[in-house]
Amino acid sequence: MDAFISTYVWPGIIMVAQSLLLLVALLLFIAYILLADRKIWAAVQMRRGPNVVGPWGLFQSFADLLKFVFKEPVIPASSNKTLFLLAPLVSVTLALAAWAVIPLNENWVMANINVGILYVLAISSLEVYGVIIGGWASNSKYPFLSALRSAAQMVSYEVSIGFVIVTVLLCVGSLNLTDIVNSQRDGLGTMMGLPGSFLDWYWLPLFPMFIIFFISALAETNRPPFDLVEAESELVAGFMVEYGSTPYMMFMLGEYAAICLMCSLTTILFLGGWLPPVDVWFLNWVPGIVWFIIKASLVFFMFAMVKAFVPRYRYDQLMRLGWKVFLPISLAMVFIVAVTLKLFVWA
Amino acid sequence: MGLQALFFYLFAFIAVASAFMVISARNPVYSVLFLILTFFNAAGLFLLTGAEFLAMILLVVYIGAVAVLFLFVVMMLDIDFTQLRAGVLEYAPVGALIGLILAAELIIVVGGSTFSPEIAKSISMPIPAITERTNTAALGDVLYTHYVYFFQIAGLVLLVAMIGAIVLTLRHRENIKRQDIPTQVARSPETAVEVVKVKSGQGL
Repeated sequence: MDAFISTYVWPGIIMVAQSLLLLVALLLFIAYILLADRKIWAAVQMRRGPNVVGPWGLFQSFADLLKFVFKEPVIPASSNKTLFLLAPLVSVTLALAAWAVIPLNENWVMANINVGILYVLAISSLEVYGVIIGGWASNSKYPFLSALRSAAQMVSYEVSIGFVIVTVLLCVGSLNLTDIVNSQRDGLGTMMGLPGSFLDWYWLPLFPMFIIFFISALAETNRPPFDLVEAESELVAGFMVEYGSTPYMMFMLGEYAAICLMCSLTTILFLGGWLPPVDVWFLNWVPGIVWFIIKASLVFFMFAMVKAFVPRYRYDQLMRLGWKVFLPISLAMVFIVAVTLKLFVWA
Repeated sequence: MGLQALFFYLFAFIAVASAFMVISARNPVYSVLFLILTFFNAAGLFLLTGAEFLAMILLVVYIGAVAVLFLFVVMMLDIDFTQLRAGVLEYAPVGALIGLILAAELIIVVGGSTFSPEIAKSISMPIPAITERTNTAALGDVLYTHYVYFFQIAGLVLLVAMIGAIVLTLRHRENIKRQDIPTQVARSPETAVEVVKVKSGQGL
């Protein structure tokens, strides 16, 4: 019995406690990222943004949460009720599940698995189901059109995301996310005489891939300018038309959790994860998680800026960009990177 | 070992139950969703045996792409479900026969390696232990180092299939207006805009 407790019960409790801690921190972060999104958008348009609830509107997201929770959930009579309620659950669960393998600092990771990056890719490719199921179960025109769009869009951009990840993996030689960050400790910057600096990270040698990954991440998370899934000028609100109250909030939560995930993935793959930008003693002294959050927030800032000043793509242009521009470029880059690594024994 | 057995039975039970639901569900969309659940649990079973790479590839390829297209097609179809179910009893013997053959083959493979362990030793490519070589690297060794030409040929076969599919479905219709992105991008104010001075009262 003692052996049972020491092998299963205690590790189980510790794991649950860690997961809860991570989830609470993540949800808090999402609450403020939502606010930041609205504030940045407002600032670009020279508005004030939410500024009433709490000082500078800091509690706006919590007020929104309460508003959503206390509203009446309306389920359309002709909808498929089980699937209608399952869809937001799927979307939020998957978006949160991927966080299990994200290393926030050296050894700060829930599950340090060998195929971490594939796991994240797999989970983010499953996120399309929330949209498809929701769109179909609503049993209504616009949600269904939106579901079809999203199925095509997310599958298309996964292809280029996959190839971008392959180029990074070629340089790293491992699928483990912690290894990916650690392999960015030396690289181009070391050769150029600035060891341990931000020049070592993969954004510099793989610069075109960094851009493609960023744009594909926008498309994968259905962010503007690729938010054709909920294009309000054509599809009212896309797959969310029939949703309200808590189910709607869960869709939003899932969407923003996926956005945070993509920001952290960009940080891990291209921006050196938790590594400090310059090898100086006082920067090295700052804990890695701070660097991680700063970098991820910077990427999110770019996400928010793109939303504020890029108009929405037309659907055929979106497909063209994915298949005719990104796919050939990323395929060519996989080839170029592989040949370069083989010829000059780099990294 | 206890937890592993528990998870094995959990995944196996859900996989079998949802596989049964795939063929017995009334709505084809439900069938596809149950199929996805089956894939998901199969990935779990792969993980339990230590084949982590295969598990993830199953998730990415089958659930993330193939099943999405399945769902896409099934949702678009306008099928009469009652008509579809009418033929079930006719096809049942064929299905049972295929199932029986598959079961027999499985029994032969598993039974063979249980009763005479020397068969297991005759595998030409020994599988390295998980501690010394990760799954992904071991698969890479086999595919890209030992059997690289076969792998390339498989790739060529897929390429031919892809080109075939494109040739079969591509129709280039005349007399419709197409967008030509390079010419659009190459436009400049000089080529695109003509500035005309119009005298008042005269027009052009």
